[in-house]
Amino acid sequence: MLKGLTQPDKGKGLPLLDVKNLTVEFRTRRGIVRAVEHINLTIERGETVGIVGESGSGKSVTSYAVMRILDPAGRVTGGSVSFSGFDLRAASESDMREMRGREMSMIFQSPRLALNPIRKVGKQIEDVLLQHAQVDTGVVSEKAVEMLELVRIARPRERYHAYPFELSGGMCQRIVIALALACKPQLLIADEPTTGLDVTTQKAVMDLVVELTRERGMSTILITHDLGLAATYCSRVAVMEKGKVVELAGSEVIFRKPAHAYTRKLMRATPRPGISLRDLLPENQTAKAKSPSPTRKTRTQMPLLVVDGLVKEYPRQGQGASFAKLFSRNKPVPESEVFRAVDGIGFSIARGESVGLVGESGCGKSTTSMMVMRLIDKSAGSIVFDGQDIGEIPARQFATLPLRKCIQMVFQDPTDSLNPRFTAARAIADSLLRLGDIPHGQVRTRCEELARQVGLPVELLDRFPHQLSGGQKARVGIARAIALRPELIILDEPTAALDVSVQAVVLNLLQDLKDSLGMSYLFVSHDLNVVRLLCDRVIVMRAGKIVEEGSTKRVLVKPQADYTRELLAAIPHPPL
Amino acid sequence: MNESATVIRQAAAVAEKPLRNSMLRHARYVVSENPVTGIAFALFALIALCALIGPYVVPHDPLASDTAAALKPPSLAHWFGTDQLGRDIFSRVIVATRLDFFIALSSVALVFAAGGLAGVAAGYFGGWTDRLVSRTADTIMAFPLFVLAMGIVAALGNTVTNIVIATAIINFPLYARVARAEANVRREAGFVQAARLSGNGEFRILLTQILPNIMPIMMVQISLTMGYAILNAAGLSFIGLGVRPPTPEWGIMVAEGAGNIISGEWWIALFPGVALMLAVFCFNLLGDGLRDLVDPQRRT
Repeated sequence: MLKGLTQPDKGKGLPLLDVKNLTVEFRTRRGIVRAVEHINLTIERGETVGIVGESGSGKSVTSYAVMRILDPAGRVTGGSVSFSGFDLRAASESDMREMRGREMSMIFQSPRLALNPIRKVGKQIEDVLLQHAQVDTGVVSEKAVEMLELVRIARPRERYHAYPFELSGGMCQRIVIALALACKPQLLIADEPTTGLDVTTQKAVMDLVVELTRERGMSTILITHDLGLAATYCSRVAVMEKGKVVELAGSEVIFRKPAHAYTRKLMRATPRPGISLRDLLPENQTAKAKSPSPTRKTRTQMPLLVVDGLVKEYPRQGQGASFAKLFSRNKPVPESEVFRAVDGIGFSIARGESVGLVGESGCGKSTTSMMVMRLIDKSAGSIVFDGQDIGEIPARQFATLPLRKCIQMVFQDPTDSLNPRFTAARAIADSLLRLGDIPHGQVRTRCEELARQVGLPVELLDRFPHQLSGGQKARVGIARAIALRPELIILDEPTAALDVSVQAVVLNLLQDLKDSLGMSYLFVSHDLNVVRLLCDRVIVMRAGKIVEEGSTKRVLVKPQADYTRELLAAIPHPPL
Repeated sequence: MNESATVIRQAAAVAEKPLRNSMLRHARYVVSENPVTGIAFALFALIALCALIGPYVVPHDPLASDTAAALKPPSLAHWFGTDQLGRDIFSRVIVATRLDFFIALSSVALVFAAGGLAGVAAGYFGGWTDRLVSRTADTIMAFPLFVLAMGIVAALGNTVTNIVIATAIINFPLYARVARAEANVRREAGFVQAARLSGNGEFRILLTQILPNIMPIMMVQISLTMGYAILNAAGLSFIGLGVRPPTPEWGIMVAEGAGNIISGEWWIALFPGVALMLAVFCFNLLGDGLRDLVDPQRRT
């Protein structure tokens, strides 16, 4: 069993992982689909290699094929995979079980899903250790606590008894790392380990991974869609497109002199400092895009939106508290039992201005936008829109008021925000039919006009959401938002679910629409690089309060608050 | 203007065609993946056919008794044999399909409308609506369901209508709970928020956004409870509630034949029993097949 690996000298001189000509096919109803075609990749001992590509490029499939955890429909049809000379394709399933976790392990995209929700995290680490018989049962809990310490979890002895739901996303990812490293594997595959985490958490997690793997002389494969992240942490980067590695080079070379056209396109589309919105588009398209109108409207008018002293409170203990209140005689809920998601913030947006609202998850930026949107009710404060205090109108009534037309929203997830049973045309037409003032006969014409405006081919209007690509769905969402010619649009991370090249196009579209229609934007995002491109002013929020506010240039170049500096420092800085 | 309208219509037709084709192709794929689904659909067609034209094509009058030919085993003249009064069991089994099918269908339609709407409202609005619906469902679930159905029919009166009502009531929790759970997860979905922004009131959202999206799951539920409803109706008749002799009905027929099994006349109880079993079996399989058909995970 595992003959090649039990003799430590045998693997010497060979690369740790050697993938040659790997081809993976998937059996689907429309015939056989090649997800990965003739991939060659070697990982040396102690090396960190990045695999970068957009969704569907086959980067995850490659790693699954190496670990032999492909979906039943998928099959490795060609090539070889050897792990320090040990043929992984020919290995028996029981050998593979031994290998996984002990010799090579994996970190998955969503840490919460990767952990067993009803088992204490310490016990889960013990399970891995015992499975591979790494330690005696007597000292296993000590070892688990050690692992928790290793991944810098504060108060490890206490956290040993925690369940995954009691820990934050970043903390869960640390536990997953602890699980992956518990048996001292030689290869770590990190599949989008920081997607869904905040930038500061992302930095902490990535720094930890790099430090731990370097200490132990491990090799790492970092799979990511973020070229910047890969270039920052990897020595070599493989760029994948449609199942093929199109470029494989040192990360500095990739950044300085990208050789392949696709790499160049990806590079261009990645938002980074010192670049304008138009630079994101592929070279041949920049000429077509209008440059933003330099003459902005004078801002002497009354601001469009003024928010003052806005507060949103949630009871800390949901239903239980009100039930307990019934039985404990006349004790009102003490102040501390109320959680302030938004804590007295105030800002204003002028006509034609775009303002970025930036902060990490849980800072209250989404709650703020939902209150301004009048989808939820505020606890205190005022929201004055165009001279009228709309904060006083209950959210349930606001939906049918004519004023509803003036404030619209583009949602974060283009798939989730479209009714799966409505065609694109029906989705766009919904608001026109409810609140629009055009006769029903002309709704279709207006839909087509809107589709052209957002660059959606008119013939796609009769398709259902599942027949559209991510970028097309995003366009439908934008067309729906501008259908009623609103004055204020709230953009709730409109590009977070999109690939960078699609993001570049959508951001440019938003800018063009703003210039031509004269709308104001409130852009909610956690990505400072994207905010930099689109916004005139930035508001930085933390724990329900505004920590900094000012023009985009000033805040991003000369930040005053420590927190803003921390956020800026956490953005991956590729070697430029 | 006119021209553009034609263009649109043509575009719509082009878009529509592959869509319909793909649905057919999908159905064929599901059946080929799981041939049992095909059997279930065929069986369903047979049951529906019996219910529709059964009474007009059977060889004998299901009510005509002929004491000379009583208790005859299956033969060419009487395929399933005859009962104590010499009635043709084959004709009675076929004719009974319509009544059993009707009871099951109308009770399921009733509970689908009542339970589905109550559940959707409970899941979407929450609060008092939710508490009321959920507690009602819990109360019904607290009884042994068949005994509850017996009690309802006994209290309301011994008629077919009351069997329908009783069957609907005992199925209420199933529908209300499924609808509630499905509406609940969609309550804060992006497209519901978007509908609010488009100026839809809460009831409109419930009807146009939430309901159509939970329909597929409810359809599966319908098929699964159909079998149960048939069994329930037959069970009530078996113990003498609801349908009265001499009406041909599977439950009664099994009850009538039960005493004769010991004396060797097995066919009186067996054939209506097999019909009952096949019907329940068919609807349960149909549920699985429908789930495969409507499950978006299966359409890759």
